Amino acid sequence: MRAAVDRRAVVACGGLAVAGLALAFLGLSHGAAWSTPGEVLAGLAGNDGSVVIREWRLPRVAAALVFGAALGLAGAVFQNLTRNPLGSPDVIGLDAGAYTGALVAITVLGGGAAALAAGSVAGGLLAAAVVYTLSLDAGLSGLRLVVNGIAVNAMLTALNSWIVLRADLDVAMAATGWSVGSLNGADWAEVRLPFAVIGGFALLLVALSRAMHQSALGDELAVTSGVRLARLRLLLVVAGVGCTATVTAVAGPIVFVALAAPQIGRRLARAGGVPLLPAALTGAVLLLGADLVAQLLLAPVALPVGVVTTAIGGLYLIWLLITEVRRR
Amino acid sequence: MTEGGRRAAVAALCLAVLAAVAGASLAVGARAVPPAEVWRALTDFAGSDDHLVVRDIRLPRTILGLCVGAALGVSGALIQAMTRNPLAEPGLLGVTAGAGFAVNVAAVLGVAASQVGTLLASVAGAALAALAVYAVGRTSPLRLVLAGVALSAVLMGVSLGLRLMLPDVFDRYRFWSVGALAGTERTPLLVPVLVIAAAVLAAVVVAGPLEALGLGEHVAHALGARVARTRAAVLLLVTVLAGAATAVVGPILFVGLIVPHLARRLAGGSVRWLVAHTAVLGAALLVAADVGARVLLPTGEVQVAIVTAFLGGPALIWAVRRHGARAL
Repeated sequence: MRAAVDRRAVVACGGLAVAGLALAFLGLSHGAAWSTPGEVLAGLAGNDGSVVIREWRLPRVAAALVFGAALGLAGAVFQNLTRNPLGSPDVIGLDAGAYTGALVAITVLGGGAAALAAGSVAGGLLAAAVVYTLSLDAGLSGLRLVVNGIAVNAMLTALNSWIVLRADLDVAMAATGWSVGSLNGADWAEVRLPFAVIGGFALLLVALSRAMHQSALGDELAVTSGVRLARLRLLLVVAGVGCTATVTAVAGPIVFVALAAPQIGRRLARAGGVPLLPAALTGAVLLLGADLVAQLLLAPVALPVGVVTTAIGGLYLIWLLITEVRRR
Repeated sequence: MTEGGRRAAVAALCLAVLAAVAGASLAVGARAVPPAEVWRALTDFAGSDDHLVVRDIRLPRTILGLCVGAALGVSGALIQAMTRNPLAEPGLLGVTAGAGFAVNVAAVLGVAASQVGTLLASVAGAALAALAVYAVGRTSPLRLVLAGVALSAVLMGVSLGLRLMLPDVFDRYRFWSVGALAGTERTPLLVPVLVIAAAVLAAVVVAGPLEALGLGEHVAHALGARVARTRAAVLLLVTVLAGAATAVVGPILFVGLIVPHLARRLAGGSVRWLVAHTAVLGAALLVAADVGARVLLPTGEVQVAIVTAFLGGPALIWAVRRHGARAL
């Protein structure tokens, strides 16, 4: 039985990886003029002397894959922690909190990339702390945490609009394009540091994943099998918020990937809990696909990718609610 | 004090608050106009600059704010009373998002040129969204909120895409799409004011049967209320009120949530008084939020929807805490 489940997971992950590579190839071919596969390969190998593929298109495609994976991971972490498919960081206001932190870092402290990243992680952690404190007496699971998160999300979004309106014009212009989440204009200089940070958090999560799945079986069982729950939870929250906030600092709040990716990945892999690897792969495929749709839908106008993920993720959430209603 | 005396005192107090807020709305703004001059502009119009500001800009804006606030508040009170759900609110349930989406679609198709056309589109969108959300989320109060939030996200994403696609529509709905009273000073007042006033009066009439409905369907039958007809009438009023308000000022959330919770204590169980108090207090709240919106920024003003969202977040958390323990 276990072998069968594992085979299913391996096949699902392999399929997702292939889909991701195929989309990446499509993304590399897409531009003002379509490139042939031969041109893309030559461009990747670097022997056609052109900067288009390696310097312009590759960073954006890589950013979509890595950020999508990071959002998928963050979603899986929080859905495991709250034991609720709706308890993902974008629904409960952590994206909005990270964005608030980033805005404060830019407008008040006037900082550079490092201040921006630190501000968004601090904002995300603060939002997480507020939401959890408000929901503590009802336990971490349950819809109540989600609705509290929606309330916090609404307030933070209002606060963000206010900060943007107060800001100088150039900051405000940049922040408005950024506020729906967009990968437009991603280049290597901008994404190198976030890639490294996300890689670090991903390694931390890999190290924690065994303990995380044990704790998902129930608190008592986890404690008896030697998991230190308080420390584990803290590390998981830090890693999850870190992934979300790093993406937010660069690309703005891209919502609903963290909500949908872990659940789709779980269904594809037919897993019991919310496994990390399928979530990360699904997130990468979803975000890259959404980014391609955003570029192609109204070409030559490139929509912010957040518009597309919002539409897809919202429909997915509705579908989730409908199937749950039917099951009762 | 007798019951009637208490009611009269409470009603007088509410009206006094309303009058004070409306006075502030006429007196506060970018241009400092002394109170005596404000009074003279209303009673003895002389055509000076101060008089023009009060009479042609602040007065229409205040009247519109009063109507929209009353409409949103009453629609929240009706939907809360009918669904017996303390979290129900046209904004949270996606009704306003449906109205906004329909207005955008109508603008794209070119049928929103007239005010009546916009109004009809808005009401139709509100009705469709209300039915869809109710069908998905009827099993529990929190689920209803989630379905509404999900549908709102989808509709807002698609609306934003539509607006980005068509620059002239984007330009026309730039301020409207965030929910603002600013820029509505020149809207013809007659149609929205009449529609909202008629719907609020009808809400007071329908409140009697609705109260019987609150006792349970069987009791309501026994008391002679027509259940199906009352429900249909309430749904119609909710969508007309929310749709008309949205058509004029754009999507404003949370007014329909906050106000009925405040008014319920004053109304003491009577749905008719609840509707009456909600109309008065909703008008006062929205106009007060609009006054706040004018003074929150050193230059220019924030959108009133930002102020209401900031007030509404805590109200939602409070409502979940208060009612959450048992019902949810």
